[in-house]
Amino acid sequence: MFGFGILSGLLILPLIGAAAILVLRGDDPATVNNIRWIAFWTTVATFILSLVAWYDFNPAESGFQLVEQKTWFSSAISYKLGVDGMSMPFVLLTTLLMPISIAASPSVERRVAEYMVAFLVLETLMIGVFVALDLVLFYLFFEGGLIPMFLIIGVWGGKRRVYAAFKFFLYTMLGSLLMLLAIMAMYWTAKTTDITVLLHTNFPAGMQKWLWLAFFASFAVKMPMWPVHTWLPDAHVEAPTAGSVILAAILLKMGGYGFIRFSLPMFPDASQFFAPLVYALSVIAIIYTSLVALVQEDMKKLIAYSSVAHMGFVTMGLFAMTPQGVQGAIFLMISHGLVSGALFLCVGVIYDRMHTRDIDAYGGLVQRMPLYATAFMIFTLANVGLPGTSGFIGEFLTLLGTFSVNSWVALFATTGVILSAAYALYLYRRIIFGVIEKPNLMAIADLSAREVVIFAPLVILTIYYGVHPQPVIDASAASVDALIKGLGQALGATKAAGL
Amino acid sequence: MLYDLIVFLPLVGFLIAGLVGNQIGARPSEIVTTSLLGLACVLAWIGFVQVGLGQTDHAFVVPVANWFTSGKMAAAWALRIDTLTVVMLVVVTTVSFLVHLYSIGYMHEDPSRPRFFAYLSMFTFAMLTLVTADNLVQMFFGWEGVGLASYLLIGFWYERPAANAAAIKAFVVNRVGDFGFALGIFLVFALTGSVSFDAVFGAAPNLAGKTIHVFGGNFDALTVACLLLFMGAMGKSAQFLLHTWLPDAMEGPTPVSALIHAATMVTAGVFMVARLSPLFEFAPVALSVVTIVGATTAFFAATVGLVQNDIKRVVAYSTCSQLGYMFVGLGVGGYSLGIFHLFTHAFFKALLFLGAGSVIHAMHHEQDMRNMGGLRKEIPFTFWMMVIGTLALTGVGVPFTGIGFAGFVSKDAIIEAAFASNRPGAVYAFLCVVVAAGFTAFYSWRLIFMTFFGERHWSGPVPEYKEGEAGEVAGATAGHSGGAGHSHAPEEHGDPSHGHAAHESPMVMLIPLAVLALGSVLAGVAFRYLFIGGGYEGFWKDALFLAQNNHILENMERAPWLVSASPTLAMLIGVAIAYYMYIVAPEAPRRLAESNPILYRFLLNKWYFDELYDLIFVRPAFWIGRLFWRGGDGFVIDGFGPDGVSARVLDVTRNVVRLQSGYVYHYAFAMLIGVAALATWYLFGGIR
Repeated sequence: MFGFGILSGLLILPLIGAAAILVLRGDDPATVNNIRWIAFWTTVATFILSLVAWYDFNPAESGFQLVEQKTWFSSAISYKLGVDGMSMPFVLLTTLLMPISIAASPSVERRVAEYMVAFLVLETLMIGVFVALDLVLFYLFFEGGLIPMFLIIGVWGGKRRVYAAFKFFLYTMLGSLLMLLAIMAMYWTAKTTDITVLLHTNFPAGMQKWLWLAFFASFAVKMPMWPVHTWLPDAHVEAPTAGSVILAAILLKMGGYGFIRFSLPMFPDASQFFAPLVYALSVIAIIYTSLVALVQEDMKKLIAYSSVAHMGFVTMGLFAMTPQGVQGAIFLMISHGLVSGALFLCVGVIYDRMHTRDIDAYGGLVQRMPLYATAFMIFTLANVGLPGTSGFIGEFLTLLGTFSVNSWVALFATTGVILSAAYALYLYRRIIFGVIEKPNLMAIADLSAREVVIFAPLVILTIYYGVHPQPVIDASAASVDALIKGLGQALGATKAAGL
Repeated sequence: MLYDLIVFLPLVGFLIAGLVGNQIGARPSEIVTTSLLGLACVLAWIGFVQVGLGQTDHAFVVPVANWFTSGKMAAAWALRIDTLTVVMLVVVTTVSFLVHLYSIGYMHEDPSRPRFFAYLSMFTFAMLTLVTADNLVQMFFGWEGVGLASYLLIGFWYERPAANAAAIKAFVVNRVGDFGFALGIFLVFALTGSVSFDAVFGAAPNLAGKTIHVFGGNFDALTVACLLLFMGAMGKSAQFLLHTWLPDAMEGPTPVSALIHAATMVTAGVFMVARLSPLFEFAPVALSVVTIVGATTAFFAATVGLVQNDIKRVVAYSTCSQLGYMFVGLGVGGYSLGIFHLFTHAFFKALLFLGAGSVIHAMHHEQDMRNMGGLRKEIPFTFWMMVIGTLALTGVGVPFTGIGFAGFVSKDAIIEAAFASNRPGAVYAFLCVVVAAGFTAFYSWRLIFMTFFGERHWSGPVPEYKEGEAGEVAGATAGHSGGAGHSHAPEEHGDPSHGHAAHESPMVMLIPLAVLALGSVLAGVAFRYLFIGGGYEGFWKDALFLAQNNHILENMERAPWLVSASPTLAMLIGVAIAYYMYIVAPEAPRRLAESNPILYRFLLNKWYFDELYDLIFVRPAFWIGRLFWRGGDGFVIDGFGPDGVSARVLDVTRNVVRLQSGYVYHYAFAMLIGVAALATWYLFGGIR
């Protein structure tokens, strides 16, 4: 098809939808309605196309697949796409959550066309991050994603949206600039920005540390890791529901993906060298943000802090550099994408009805909203990492994978399972249980049919991947094994050279 | 197939009642879940006969499905069937079936019965996956699954704040135990490269005495692993230090207390240690810890039980105490002793709880024993059932013969074993459990006397009722009612307009009582031979592992006569004191309390553990959380990070450019300079 492959299709399809919406421009209800449906069906089509890509994908192979390449600026920089086991799950997560987010946006009534265009462009950029096989291309997607999200928060956000948007921008730009410098340095050294080549380039150990730090600055902010996490609660609080969902479910995963794709395989010595730093920051993140989550009064902030804690497990598992650690981290990111996205949707449901995120404004909702209470309970339990939900597998594997490397880190991180139970159940109790006392809650309606349809796939996947997580693990297994083997060889070689 | 059915029938019941319960109605939900459980129960007894009395030497595994595999880490869904499993299957399904049946009567006024029966069945399913687990991770699944069911059922009456608080407390305290359990799994995996029982048990003998470098020191590998795993057992079985959730769990409906917080879930820790006997046998230090913790719990909980006034809390502390006995049995190496006591205890403790439920039902949700009294004429059947349960709990029997109520047979064996053992801590354990036996007799008969004997302290259409009496008793005890500060059901006492005549419960509640009473009388005598007597080898086969030098079962038979008689003597003393204080001289308890106010308050407030934990864990967690939030995130990170930078840059631009603030490009400009400055700092200043 025009010489482009299926991955290009994934990138182009949302843009076609966006173009169609721009053509339609108009404020009358009928047009707005059409815009919503166009956006929805575009994302559904993208999802279906990604399933086709998944069908063509062979998880037993460790290398890049569905590769396509077009020469771009020069022979060194090219338009090159491809997926392997570590990026395919993220592509699917993105395309799955987009239609859900679009469907969860009926409360957006202002500038609907622009809103939908922002989301569709964002989808292209997010998919691009996961499929780019050229460093410059990756950088464009990675940073470009900032802009629509910046607009989504800044235009359709809450009261302090401008502050939140700029805080978000400030933090992420800081990391980005450093990463750009690093990319330039890598280009001068390797004379190419082709990721597949860079993966087999041995950078000198001293240079690795600088490059690692520069990438780390960017990825750590995106994750976000402590102490550069403070943009996240503000961004979440101000973002519209769908923005929060995408932010938590996908944008946060770009940092983790970056560590897997670049930091670990390209700079193995530096990764080994800085692993203690990552452990320390991860453990601090888990304990610190869990305690902070315990005292939050704003639902979205609480879930945002809980996200930071969960990402602590991810970074810990990645830098354990064991098969269980890395696979657990990937699984946890996918699971967290589903669960935290769903939790933000849960907040959105009652925010749409009551227009407050204040925990104290609720209580006793189970009496009026039994369906909602059930869905919220399932996601809360998954957030707590209860076995039988997808949340357990990732936490368990990352901790297991870390224990043999550093038992202290695993010990401190495991306290997170106590704290998460405390803050999550405490939140649930204050919102759902008790007696309805506030008069304005008396008439609150349970989930509508639309909302049931939105939650159903998330509930099913959360439980399905808790009982049968192997498809996700298998998808990445071959690539992770290759990664771990490569790390072992690189580190072994360094050790041998050092002796 | 048999075992698949036993495990999955309750799941089917849960799914039916949970998903379509409200559509099909309460009664069909009750019938479906209860009859599925009944079927599972029958099948479990068939399995018990097949495996326990059969000839299969080694555990067999029924594969169900793969769960997850990551590198060497492989966890499967599978059912491991051996004698230990079938004993637990029988206990769980029998009690669960009876509790389902009983709940039809007990919960008949509750509007959300489908939900209740769904939870009960879900609990049963989780418990069955726990006891049939073939690897540590599936066990952990069941372990947390029963914790979830417990959480949901304790908080079943979600409109009560006390129930919600108790539910969270139960879950979080259990999570503290699970923290240890999880680390134990990680360590076992690090040591053996596997989590499946056959592989782990096979590796255990070679690990004995090996040290491992973990947590910054070199420790005996199996000792650390067993202690971490035992921490999980302490949480689930409400052992000393992690016991605080169990009394509060009584906020749940009484059938839940009988099923989960007496007969089954809380015994999961005992089961775990027995299941892992091939590990614990090579970790003598860990076994000493098990012994000491169990003994301390047995003693501690019994002391608190002496003074409680809430009928369910008395039984709850009694449960806590009896779990301690089981751990003493395990700790001295008598795994079958612990499991045997678990087995008999399931019958008489479920009986006592369901009997207490029948009393509460009769009293229209009154739980304070000070407002009961004289009930034996009103609810004679319940009375006799409670007496049988009490006789079994306190261990009534003929010394030196092994003939007696269920608790006599199993408990006295533990006490003899504690004496016969030469494990460090066993002497302490022996003293604790003998004294606790006396306390047990006291508080158990105190419960019977306060509830069923003496004068009526409840309102109702009874001619001889006098307002003054109730007031007097309330006044006498008002000074120390702090321990009973929980919420009551709507029908509060002391309000004559809500008074009803006490009434006997319906047959659907009484039949389960009768069945359990039968077990309480006979389970000890009938199963002694198999569990701990001459039939040991043929019954257990290799389900329980004993090291070469473990001869505790023979040694305990040679205990001196005074030791064998000691629990009976302690029991008789306890009964005598209770009889004196609550029948002969009803003034005595108050006088005793008034003459020892500090001790009394100490016991009534449960050794102040709740207050202590609140002070050292709960409050600091919130306080530190606020500190990190406002101070850490707000002041330090934001203050020196984005806010500080943009504010400084804004100051500068405001002076230099002299433009009105509020324009977007202001922020943009500030941001760019800020970014540049930070980038510079990071690149050249911050890192060397």
